[in-house]
Amino acid sequence: MSEKTTNQKAWLLVAPVVILVAFNALIPLMTVVNYSVQETFGDNVFFWEGMKWFEDVLHSERFHASLLRQLSFTGIILAIEVPLGVAIALTMPKKGPWVSVCLVLMALPLLIPWNVVGAMWNIFALPDIGLLGKMINGLGIDYNFTQQPMAAWFTTILMDVWHWTSLVVLLAYAGLCSIPDAYYQAARIDGASRWAVFRFIQLPKMKRVLTIAVLLRFMDSFMIYTEPFVLTGGGPGNTTTFLSIDLVKIALGQFDLGPAAAMSLIYFLIILLLSWIFYTLMMRNEEQ
Amino acid sequence: MANITLNKIRHSYTADIEKSGDWALKEMDVVWQDGGAYALLGPSGCGKTTLLNIISGLLVPTEGRVLFDDRDVTDLPSDQRQIAQVFQFPVVYDTMTVFDNLAFPLRNRGMAPDMITARVHEIAQMLDLEEVLNNRASGLTADGKQKISLGRGLVRSDVNVIMFDEPLTVIDPHLKWLLRSKLKELHQQVKATMIYVTHDQTEALTFADKVVVMHDGVVVQIGTPVELFEKPNHTFVGHFIGSPGMNLLPCELHNGEPRFEGHTIGVSAPFKMPQPNAQLQIGIRPEFVRFAEQGLPVDIVKVDDVGRYRIVETRINNQTIKIVSPEGISIPADKAHIRFEQESTHLYADHWILT
Amino acid sequence: MKSFKWLAPTLYILFLMLPIYWLVTMSFKTTNEILGGFSLWPQEFTIANYVTIFTDPSWYIGYLNSITYVTINTIISVSVALPAAYAFSRYRFLGDKHLFFWLLTNRMAPPAVFALPFFQLYSAVGLFDTPIAVALAHALFNVPLAVWILEGFMSGVPKELDETAFIDGYSFWRFFIKIFIPTIAAGIGVAMFFCFMFSWVELLLAKTLTSVDAKPIAAIMTKTASTSGYELGLLAAAGTLTIIPGAFVIWFVRHNIAKGFALGRV
Repeated sequence: MSEKTTNQKAWLLVAPVVILVAFNALIPLMTVVNYSVQETFGDNVFFWEGMKWFEDVLHSERFHASLLRQLSFTGIILAIEVPLGVAIALTMPKKGPWVSVCLVLMALPLLIPWNVVGAMWNIFALPDIGLLGKMINGLGIDYNFTQQPMAAWFTTILMDVWHWTSLVVLLAYAGLCSIPDAYYQAARIDGASRWAVFRFIQLPKMKRVLTIAVLLRFMDSFMIYTEPFVLTGGGPGNTTTFLSIDLVKIALGQFDLGPAAAMSLIYFLIILLLSWIFYTLMMRNEEQ
Repeated sequence: MANITLNKIRHSYTADIEKSGDWALKEMDVVWQDGGAYALLGPSGCGKTTLLNIISGLLVPTEGRVLFDDRDVTDLPSDQRQIAQVFQFPVVYDTMTVFDNLAFPLRNRGMAPDMITARVHEIAQMLDLEEVLNNRASGLTADGKQKISLGRGLVRSDVNVIMFDEPLTVIDPHLKWLLRSKLKELHQQVKATMIYVTHDQTEALTFADKVVVMHDGVVVQIGTPVELFEKPNHTFVGHFIGSPGMNLLPCELHNGEPRFEGHTIGVSAPFKMPQPNAQLQIGIRPEFVRFAEQGLPVDIVKVDDVGRYRIVETRINNQTIKIVSPEGISIPADKAHIRFEQESTHLYADHWILT
Repeated sequence: MKSFKWLAPTLYILFLMLPIYWLVTMSFKTTNEILGGFSLWPQEFTIANYVTIFTDPSWYIGYLNSITYVTINTIISVSVALPAAYAFSRYRFLGDKHLFFWLLTNRMAPPAVFALPFFQLYSAVGLFDTPIAVALAHALFNVPLAVWILEGFMSGVPKELDETAFIDGYSFWRFFIKIFIPTIAAGIGVAMFFCFMFSWVELLLAKTLTSVDAKPIAAIMTKTASTSGYELGLLAAAGTLTIIPGAFVIWFVRHNIAKGFALGRV
């Protein structure tokens, strides 16, 4: 790739994006910061509170619990979706009429509005009228996701796997398709085993797309709101109340703007920090 | 080490071959002698890579058998054939070091580690890769990577044949020459059969002892560079090899003698009578056309000075004849007479030489 | 082993289709049948649910609203992202790396964090309850994504293309529109696909920024679920209908979807 030239006029080309995103990001962010350091009792009267809300949030058990739930959820779905997605991409046909069929059907869940996903899984998993609920109970397992925390978790995770594994599949498949045939032929001549082909050819070539897949899945699962909210409403109890759900409860339900804003900022910073760590770790790995 | 025999090989990529008759390779019998340096030469799409993949076992031919000496390997997978192949674009295992890349085929075959180390160092020395042995392969330049691909073939001492599929396509011009002489040198050292696929006649003629010329799915001639030059078996060899290519002049037979534009032309050897409706051509390389006092009267159209010789384009009744004229010979200004050297003048019927 | 390779994708697709099948089945059942018991397919086949949706403006207007803001968002996002991506792929300028990273951080902002401030911001500028508000709000995460995807595609186009065009006397914008944009058409397609996707599926912001006039279909559904009791058949029919635009869009890009993911550095 040829070298980039230095040209400050390029800012003119970037300007529309900067203005648009700044309008959307900076003004609301300032609002949030503003709330996070003040107390209000309505009527637009505010009192300076300093770091009080931040300290409250950081020491609140409620926040710790949501954060822990959030981390567990994200960890579990990453551990399932990434290997599963790669495995399915590996078994997909490379050419022929089935490729389009597979891709179209697999991409379908990605384009369903998130609340419809939640609603769909709700009626799919209901123990009395849902196909899944009926099936599990038919196997002799007592299953009711509206009352049992374990069942609620199981259903939420299954829903997320259903919803998002295809994204990993598509990215991994694209990575696989970009490997020239000569690599496979060379490996055959070199007598490489199936595992060696995966380990030394396919995995390295998929690294870039997998980095993106992990980052996207991490960020999106960490921000998940609509699907579990529609499916379980955060319940039973608080067992599936993830960070976003908790945040909306505090901000819009109880209208505690100060703590909600402080929590928002902490939440945002956690995502930024973790994404940055992921990103640098993977990139450093690549450079070695 | 073995002779490789292709016995009545035919191949088609279309499933329903009986209907379409769309053969990528038409029937051929070829024997590759053990230890030979072969070039497989032909334009893009003539079936060179198909032939190569049949030998390496990446393709199973639709018909015919592949024999390594007397052993039938037609259905044997690539890794059991003891062959090596270097591809057009360098194939290296990015995450491994150069050393691991070279050791990979040996490890897959379960060789003892100390023997692997010794062998890899030996090959690295041949290829001038010793200094980078511990570097990551992904950081190397294209020619370095291509050397690794080559090295992965060479490390196995038991290879029957090493095949090169246009290996210098992505190499810078000034390195091409270096790598090509390296290959030649390696062939002398390891004595393995090498088959070098290319569409570039210079590459083919400088590398190979024997050149196999392919055209449209058919092997049209196998011969030394000199044979291809002096006695092309097929008009395709005539015009594809040589610069400029052979002059091909339509002719007819008169009393058993070929006549071109009313002049009787003497050809190299007595020939069998062709089929009555065959298309007859006289083939003569520009190098073997001379200016003379008498002979074919031609108009001189153009003279190109290309350094050590000149290419003269002449015309007789819309028929162009090119002449390569060495320096120091004066070229007539406008009209001239030319003469063909009889030993190098051949007669072709339907593109194949008449003997 | 080879002959069983089709099994994994087949089972996976089957798993994907099951909940969708259940949704579609329900949409053809009567409310009585749904609540009355369990059946694998509709015993009394009815299209009454669909008839309701297509005849009641408070339902079908939701589709129009959704499609309106998704379309506006896709057009805005891609058209502002195009020049920016070009700048990032071709030039070095003051703060370019930081700017790129800052853009990406917005993709990481949880919509829940921004819901309330957005509500206040768009109320203040008088755009509340218009499709434009939703379209602009969605630009927050779609613009960075579009820039990212397009930058990947553009970096794959050799710079010589630009230089040749400028030597041939093209002005920047003429070159950009006549030559460059057609060259990366596949990338634009992929970027639009993603913008469409994320705008179409998002609900939290869309719901927060609308009340009556611009309410998206997804929000109308949630309202139905809570107010009109348990009209599951209607809900399922509405849900089924929201799958159709997505399926339609995928069908259009099916040949480019794998290529698109791979070609860009996405």
